[in-house]
Amino acid sequence: MFNSYDILETIGMIEREHLDIRTVTMGISLLSCIRENADATAKAVYERVTKCAERLVPVAESLSREYGIPIVNKRVSVTPVSLITASFPKESAKIALALDRAARELGIDFLGGYSALVHKGTAEYEADFLETIPEALASTERLCSSVNVGSSKSGINMDAVRMMGRIVKKSAELTRAQDGIGCAKLVVFCNAVEDNPFMAGAFHGVGEADAVVNVGVSGPGVVHHALSHQPDADLTDAAEIIKRTAFKITRAGQLIAKEAAKRLGVRFGIVDLSLAPTPARGDSVAHILEELGLGVVGCHGTTAALAMLNDAVKKGGVMASSRVGGLSGAFIPVSEDIGMIESAERGKITLDKLEAMTCVCSVGLDMIAIPGDTPESTISAIIADEAAIGMVNNKTTAVRVIPVPHKTVGDWVEFGGLLGRAPIMPVHDGDASKFIGRGGLIPAPIHSFKN
Amino acid sequence: MKAVVTVSGTDRRGIIAKVSVFLSEKKINIEDISQTIMGDCFAMIMMVEMSDCGEDFALLAEEMEALGREIGMSVRIQHADIFDAMHKI
Repeated sequence: MFNSYDILETIGMIEREHLDIRTVTMGISLLSCIRENADATAKAVYERVTKCAERLVPVAESLSREYGIPIVNKRVSVTPVSLITASFPKESAKIALALDRAARELGIDFLGGYSALVHKGTAEYEADFLETIPEALASTERLCSSVNVGSSKSGINMDAVRMMGRIVKKSAELTRAQDGIGCAKLVVFCNAVEDNPFMAGAFHGVGEADAVVNVGVSGPGVVHHALSHQPDADLTDAAEIIKRTAFKITRAGQLIAKEAAKRLGVRFGIVDLSLAPTPARGDSVAHILEELGLGVVGCHGTTAALAMLNDAVKKGGVMASSRVGGLSGAFIPVSEDIGMIESAERGKITLDKLEAMTCVCSVGLDMIAIPGDTPESTISAIIADEAAIGMVNNKTTAVRVIPVPHKTVGDWVEFGGLLGRAPIMPVHDGDASKFIGRGGLIPAPIHSFKN
Repeated sequence: MKAVVTVSGTDRRGIIAKVSVFLSEKKINIEDISQTIMGDCFAMIMMVEMSDCGEDFALLAEEMEALGREIGMSVRIQHADIFDAMHKI
């Protein structure tokens, strides 16, 4: 027996409401690739990644055809590269080139893991590695980088925060011909997760199995559509609608994840049940918030609406999947969400409001274009603020801002594709350089002592 | 393996006949069928069993899309598991 309504609903979600599997990401450990020098390591890395993920794209494509659901991105995440280049950190860019070449060979869109975990302290080899990030991002096409500078357990490494302000700035400078696109591939985290399938912050944690398949689902359009049928529902009922919809979306992700893992002969890792917007109309998280009754995203009430949305997505998704992980929640990137872009264009959403929103959603300040002359210390201060929110609230926060060279408030930046477009948003002009210059470690909050 | 065939578009003569003949030639058995017409819009859903069909699924899906273009309808085939996953607990 089948239910015609259910079948037509699923087809409607896919055809009209942009339901898709946003990414099938294969996590690959590179620890076995460490050799005595950079060239030999780069060769081993290339061989391992291309062998492990050889069938990733064809398997994802055949799953997409069989189940009739688009799988938008095929990606790979690897062990944080700083760990495998510890003996020759200044030559890490050779690994970057090998990974980028592997990504092209595989036909995947992004490969994440040019990363370092420095949340409690920066080893000498890690400091040398961080210095290679701008060059690595400028000389590659598909490589993504992330750095974890804090955690609820360890506090915030302010020396690393200070460094990252400079590295973000330099990444923009080295890719100025493309409006600083290097920064769109660089995320600074607090409480980074080890099984995130989404870019640019994906890496394969050292606590993970040898190789896994993680799947990121999406579907802001589906949630928006479901809510639009009940315009007068109270917020309790609205939360229920979101939960039910998140359940269905996640079940599709779970099915694809299990089947992909089986066919690729690796473990099923997690389903990340995030609402990830795209610049396409009808695929916006901001528009869900407006559907809930906000005149424009960014007005007072936005944080409350987002808190409800984020929580309801998690509750529906957790029930639907045997293994939930990653970031799981609502993403609020500015340049990748048509509703956010429109609100930013009208000056209705500010960096301050976005910061408040990151207290209750799954990530942080994401894909925000800021003036190219923003001082390094101000970027570090933005990172420190976000890391503090993550540290105190036991959640992941991130900063992916783009100080667009030679552009200022009033200008626009176009990255194209899923990265979208955005107006340059203003930052506060007060000087935080003395605070950032102090360095040291902001100690972990008292509630982190749980042992 | 069970799959779901959905056919939709503007109603006209011979839709079921064309789709059924195609499925029969591919050794695909129709187990359940439901059809509705709303205004001039035709929607049909078939549950089919395809264990005797040796053809590659992707190729079959392409052929069904081509059949759809030929008869001016949208014709798609999907693995039934996606519907079970999304709508059954």
